[in-house]
Amino acid sequence: MLSRAADSLYWMSRYMERAENTARLLDVSYRMSLTATDAYSQQTQWEPALVVAGCEAPFKKTGKKIDARNVIEYLALAADNPSSIRSALWMARENARAMRTQITTEMWEALNATWLEMRTLDYAKIEAMGLRAFFDWVKERSHLFRGVGYGTMTRDAAYRFVRVGTFLERADATARLLDVKYHVLLPSTRDVGGAVDYYQWGALLRSVSAFQAYRRLYRDAIVPRRVAELLVLREDMPRSLRSCFRELTRLLDELREMFGRDYVSARLADQMYNRLRFETIDNVNKQGLHEFLTEVVENNAEIGKAIAKDFGLDF
Amino acid sequence: MRQTQSSAGAAFDEMSAADGTVRPAYAELAGWLERMPASQTDAKRREADLLFRRLGITFAVYGEGGDPERLIPFDLIPRVITGAEWQALSEGLVQRVRALNAFLYDVYHGMNIVRAGKIPKDLVVANSQYRPEMIGVALPGNVYTHIAGIDVVRVSENQFYVLEDNARTPSGVSYMLENREAMMRLFPELFSANRVRPVGHYPDELLKSLRSLPPENCLNKDEPTVVVMTPGAYNSAYFEHVFLAEQMGVELVEGQDMFVDDGFVYMRTVAGPKRVDTIYRRLDDAFIDPAAFNPESVLGVRGLFDAYRRGNVNLANAVGTGVADDKSVYPYVPEMVRFYLGEEPKLANVPTYTLRNKDDLKYALEHLPELVVKEVHGSGGYGMLVGPKSTKAEIEDFRQRILANPDNYIAQPTLALSTCPTFVDEGVAPRHVDLRPYLLVGKDVKLVPGGLTRVALRAGSLVVNSSQGGGTKDTWVLEE
Repeated sequence: MLSRAADSLYWMSRYMERAENTARLLDVSYRMSLTATDAYSQQTQWEPALVVAGCEAPFKKTGKKIDARNVIEYLALAADNPSSIRSALWMARENARAMRTQITTEMWEALNATWLEMRTLDYAKIEAMGLRAFFDWVKERSHLFRGVGYGTMTRDAAYRFVRVGTFLERADATARLLDVKYHVLLPSTRDVGGAVDYYQWGALLRSVSAFQAYRRLYRDAIVPRRVAELLVLREDMPRSLRSCFRELTRLLDELREMFGRDYVSARLADQMYNRLRFETIDNVNKQGLHEFLTEVVENNAEIGKAIAKDFGLDF
Repeated sequence: MRQTQSSAGAAFDEMSAADGTVRPAYAELAGWLERMPASQTDAKRREADLLFRRLGITFAVYGEGGDPERLIPFDLIPRVITGAEWQALSEGLVQRVRALNAFLYDVYHGMNIVRAGKIPKDLVVANSQYRPEMIGVALPGNVYTHIAGIDVVRVSENQFYVLEDNARTPSGVSYMLENREAMMRLFPELFSANRVRPVGHYPDELLKSLRSLPPENCLNKDEPTVVVMTPGAYNSAYFEHVFLAEQMGVELVEGQDMFVDDGFVYMRTVAGPKRVDTIYRRLDDAFIDPAAFNPESVLGVRGLFDAYRRGNVNLANAVGTGVADDKSVYPYVPEMVRFYLGEEPKLANVPTYTLRNKDDLKYALEHLPELVVKEVHGSGGYGMLVGPKSTKAEIEDFRQRILANPDNYIAQPTLALSTCPTFVDEGVAPRHVDLRPYLLVGKDVKLVPGGLTRVALRAGSLVVNSSQGGGTKDTWVLEE
C-alpha cells in the first residue's frame, strides 16, 4: 500500500472527525451561552471556543470582535480558516478524491454529498435552519460517513488507517472539549457547584453525547470529578480518552502484525493507554485536570508525528 | 481536432449499401433497431448515462467553467466489423507497429534508414520529439512503443487508411472496455444473438505484455513489479489511469510516491520502500525526470532517467517515441515497413503530399480547394486549411503561408469517412466514425479485437474528438 494512500485515508477521517468535533465544540459553547448570566460578556463566553480550537491568534488577526456570530462564522463557515467545519469537510472530501479507489463508493458519496451541501451554506442559512440543527447536521454526516465505512470497507490496511485517523483526532478533541470548562471562568468562586456550574458541566456532557450515560452510570447529580472520570478514564465511553487509546493501540498493533515492522507510534499509544487504564481521577486532579489534558494533547501530537514517520507519510 | 472532410452523401455507410440493403454483419442489429420502441431508447440512454456517472467514467475538462467532470456521449448502436475485415486490418496494424518499433530502435542506433536515403536526416534529428539522450541506450526487447494506438478510417468496402499513429501515450482504452460493459448490461440479449469477440481481457494482456519485458537488472524477472504512473487527479485522463491500475491490480503512483536510490527506483509504501521494475507512465517525456528533462517538472522523479539508462527500470512507453508519430514522419511509415520488414504495407496511409518536395508542393498549390493542408507539428486543428470548406480569400491567405515555409506543411485529399447508424435527436441517422485499435507490444504483439470507435455526433461533422462533441460506440468484431 502506498504511503500516500495511507496518508490520504488517515487525513480524510481525521478531517471528518474534526468537523464533527468542531460542531460539538460550538454546540457546547452555544449551550453554555444560553445559561449565561449578566455577569458574562459575549467575549468571556466565546473566547474559550477559539482557544480550544487553537484559533485564537488567527481570529484576532481578522480584527473582528469576539461574539457569537463572529466566532460561529469563523469556526463553522470561514473558507480562509483551515480549522473551520467548512474547510475540514473540504479537506476530507479532497483526500478521499485523491484516493477514491481505496474507499467504497458509499463512503465517497457520503463525503461528496456532505461537501456539496456545505458549500451552499452561509450564516443566514444556518441561522434560518437553526444553529443547533446545523451542528446536528454536521454530526449526522460524520456518523453516516463513519457508519458507512464501518459497514462497507474490507478489513484491510486501508480500513485501519481510516480508523487510526478517527480515533487520534477524537482523543485530541475530547481532551480539548473537556478543557473548555477550564477556560470558561465562573463569575466568582462562590458559584462553584452552583446552578451555572451545573449547567455548564451538563452542556459539556451533552456535547459529547454523554449526558444519558452519566445519568445511567452514576445515578447522581453532575459533579465535575465524575464528568472528568467519564471522559478520561471510562473504557466503556466511546468518546473517552481511554476508549480512543484502546482502539488506537489495537489498530496500530494490527498494522504492526500486518507489515511485520516495529512502530514508534504503536509504542507511544500503548504507553498512553496503559497509563489511562491504571490512572485514578483523584490522581489526575492532583496534577490538575487542565495540566493533564494539555499533556494529552501534546502527546497526541507526538503520536501523530510518529505515525507519519512510521508509515512514510512525511515525505 | 481530427478533421477530414467528405462531401455529404458520398460516404460509405457500414450498415446499409447504397441501394438500402442491409449488410449481413448488421442484419441482427437492423432488426433489433426496428423492433425497439422510441420510449425504450430514451430510457436506455438515460440508464446508460446513469451507469457511466456511477462508474465515474468521466473525462475532466478544467478551466472552461461548468462541471469539470463530463461524460463522453455514448451511442447505443454498436459498430460492427466482420471477422474477415478485422483479420486483414489487424495484420496491417501488427505490421505497422513492428515497423514503428524498428524505426525507433534505428534512429537511436545508427540511423540506417537515414543512411539508406529513405528518410531525410533532419526530419529525425531536428524533430522536437527526438531525444539524443536515448542514443545507444539498450532497451528490453528493443521495444519502444509498448502501447500504440493507430487511428484508422474507412472510406469504402475494402479501403482502410491509417490517419495517425499514436506512439506515446494513447488514451481511451478504458472507454472501449466500459462501452462493452455498458452494452452487456443494457442489452444482454444482443450478445446472445450475435457472436461478438470479447475485449474484457485487455488489462490482463496489458499486464502480461508489460511483465514480459523486465529491465535488465530486475531482481525477479518472472514477476517484475509494475506500476501505473499518473500526473495526478487533475489530468484529463485520470479516470483511465485509475481504471487501468485497478484492473491490472497494480499501484497507481505519482512522481512524489517514488524516489531513486543508488540508481534504482522505489515507491514509498507503508511497509517501507518497494523496488519498482516497470513503469507504465502516462505523462510526457519532458516531465518524467527534472534532472534529465524539464527541470521545472514536479510530476516526475529525480534520477529516473539515469536508472532507466542503466537498465534498472523499464518505461512504457520508452523515452523518445514521439519522433515516430509526428505528422512529418507519417508519410514515411510505408517506407519503414519495406525497409525494416522487407514487406509491402498491408495498411495504407492517406495519400500525403509532403510540401517540402517540389513536385508535391506544385500539385498542392494547384489543388488547394480540394485538399486538407496541415502543419506538420500542429495539433488540435490549429494551422489547418480545409479546402472544400474555405473561402477563396482563406485559400489565398493559406497559399502565402505555405509559400513562406513549405517544409512546415503536408497536404491530403479530402476523405469521405465511413458512417454508422447513430442515435440523434431526430432518430437514427448515419454519422461519421473512426477507429482506434490498441496494440500491445511485449515479447509478442497483441491486440484485442476492435478498439475505440469515435463518432461525430453532429450531422455532416467529421470531428470525432470528445472535446468537440464527439461520442463513442461499442465496437464489435464478429466471430466468423
